Amino acid sequence: MRRFVQHTGVVVPLDRANVDTDMIIPKQFLKSISRSGFGPNLFDEYRYLDEGVAGKDCSQRPLNRGFVLNHSRYSGCSILLARENFGCGSSREHAPWALDDFGIKVVIAPSFAEIFYNNCLKNGLLPIVLKDAQVEKLFLQVNEEEGYRLDIDLQSQQVITPGGERLEFEIDSFRKHCLLQGLDDIAQTLQYTEEIRAFEVSRMEKVPWLFNKKR
Amino acid sequence: MAAETLYDKLWDSHLICQREDGSALLYIDLQLLHEVTSPQAFEGLRLAGRSPWRPEGNLATPDHNVPTTAKERMSGVEGVADPVSKIQIQTLDDNCSQFAIPEFTMSDPRQGIVHVVGPEQGATLPGMTVVCGDSHTSTHGAFGTLAHGIGTSEVEHVLATQCLITGKMKNMLIQIDGKLRPGVTAKDVILEIIGRIGTAGGTGYAIEFGGEVIRNLSMEGRMTVCNMSIEAGALAGMVAVDQTTIDYVRGRPFAPGEAYWGQAVESWKQFVSDDAAVFDQLIAVDGSRIKPQVTWGTSPEMVQPVDGRVPDPEDEVDATRRKSIEHALNYMGLSANQRLTDIQLDQVFIGSCTNGRIEDLRQAASLVKGKKVSSLVKQALVVPGSGPVKAQAEREGLHRIFREAGFQWREPGCSMCLAMNADKLGPGEHCASTSNRNFEGRQGFHGRTHLVSPLMAAAAAIEGHFIDVSTV
Repeated sequence: MRRFVQHTGVVVPLDRANVDTDMIIPKQFLKSISRSGFGPNLFDEYRYLDEGVAGKDCSQRPLNRGFVLNHSRYSGCSILLARENFGCGSSREHAPWALDDFGIKVVIAPSFAEIFYNNCLKNGLLPIVLKDAQVEKLFLQVNEEEGYRLDIDLQSQQVITPGGERLEFEIDSFRKHCLLQGLDDIAQTLQYTEEIRAFEVSRMEKVPWLFNKKR
Repeated sequence: MAAETLYDKLWDSHLICQREDGSALLYIDLQLLHEVTSPQAFEGLRLAGRSPWRPEGNLATPDHNVPTTAKERMSGVEGVADPVSKIQIQTLDDNCSQFAIPEFTMSDPRQGIVHVVGPEQGATLPGMTVVCGDSHTSTHGAFGTLAHGIGTSEVEHVLATQCLITGKMKNMLIQIDGKLRPGVTAKDVILEIIGRIGTAGGTGYAIEFGGEVIRNLSMEGRMTVCNMSIEAGALAGMVAVDQTTIDYVRGRPFAPGEAYWGQAVESWKQFVSDDAAVFDQLIAVDGSRIKPQVTWGTSPEMVQPVDGRVPDPEDEVDATRRKSIEHALNYMGLSANQRLTDIQLDQVFIGSCTNGRIEDLRQAASLVKGKKVSSLVKQALVVPGSGPVKAQAEREGLHRIFREAGFQWREPGCSMCLAMNADKLGPGEHCASTSNRNFEGRQGFHGRTHLVSPLMAAAAAIEGHFIDVSTV
């Protein structure tokens, strides 16, 4: 996994609650068997005026000028500021893949749906939960100041505003360690091979019908 | 020993180790796989030179983008018209074959939606842990099972290690007492609950559904309730094991046979919450007050009883919520205070992992029998959840009832629940749907979904608009 230590970037505000993963990446793009290439179709139904079709050249499509990702003041953005319950709905990991492919490395919201939150962490993306009032204040600041940027420091678990304000956030210590080191989950778990084997043996004794074909 | 909840017991019986950093390794008894969220996981295995820990700890079937017309299904994968879908379905076959993973291929009579197939085959059993790269895996919790959706990286992790890195959730009990009115079903119960606690109300919790209403539901009804736990934000929903559970499981192909049956039943009976178990949150619902539900908006929490009206954003004090309502009304082409029964419907969809089982089809057929689909409805689809559901329905003659009324009778798959195949809504079309999500574009570009029960969808197909089936 790609490491995440520190990040500085332009913030784009998406002022909507309950943004679901169907919205982040519509289902017609889920037919790909690859992990990359989803960026041009991120928020497809909002970024473009026409219907998105897999394989269509997005550079030729009519843009929805009203959608924030199409506003020039947010070009090159890499931090998405969102509202509560971001990433709800489907478990599709294509959602963080699409965000990442587009260039978003950090998502800040008052709350996230759990599967989405987990999926981000497995892909080197950092989902940050801040308090409602803090998020509200960031929305005001982003709207006021063109080119508004934030510094994110994972080690100290802080979001640092241009004004020097430091907003602390929580993160599970195991996930933080994995992100800072860029560790592969599977390789780490396989260090527990003996424990898993031993557990499996005891499970076979307790619930043999799950393992034994004899009926 | 301290009193434990059903979830505590499931957690404890699968915990390999609790690590100092707060993360835990949990053993996974069964992983279900489908074509959409598994290809990148298999590719990851190959790139790292790994192989599955226990191939038979998995079961695969293509469901999300399989075509549902008999014509396209006749010649197997080769017959799939969409070339991109064809590659994805073929890739699942190839991966399962390479790694010796049991699969019901598209042509197998047991193929269907993973969450219909698992319970139907007895692959889902009480006391298990079940995961799948699909959020509606919560369905399997109906068996006193810990079951939830995971992402593709986790699918790869479970393939490689047969366990999941996870953390323990909090416990919530939703107690639904009383007796349901005639015409009110499991779907209405869960929609009512989602409307009440909201789409993030269950975030961080494993929800146990209990009470008289749940005890009186069939296994299929319980599956409908657990299926939509995720729509209330909870990864996992579950119901304690009782005689209904055990009777349902008996004799299914993957269920324990006589050699283990007695031992298995004895072990399953422990999967109930202790009387003194403490829940972090308790919600009580009076089942006798629940009416048939209809969603009017673009989130499952945007729901009202069928005799209600579309809300007025002016009445909402919270700015973010008001904006959500305004946005939803605009997308859905509805106006504030409009009666739900006045919405003109263009399509009807009966199917999905929520409501594509035999009892759902029987209920819908009972209302459709001898009637005709309204001329205002352009298309009405019935898509059985699996091959065995379809075969059973045909043995009972349900397909004839639907066809004679003007419904199309299709082959099993996810179909218009998420419209990855050719079954979809046109822009602006309103659909009465027995599926689980009314998100924007979910059933087709600019399509407008109204989530309802199979009875409500069947009645809506006949009338061309919603009616209160509890008063018919």
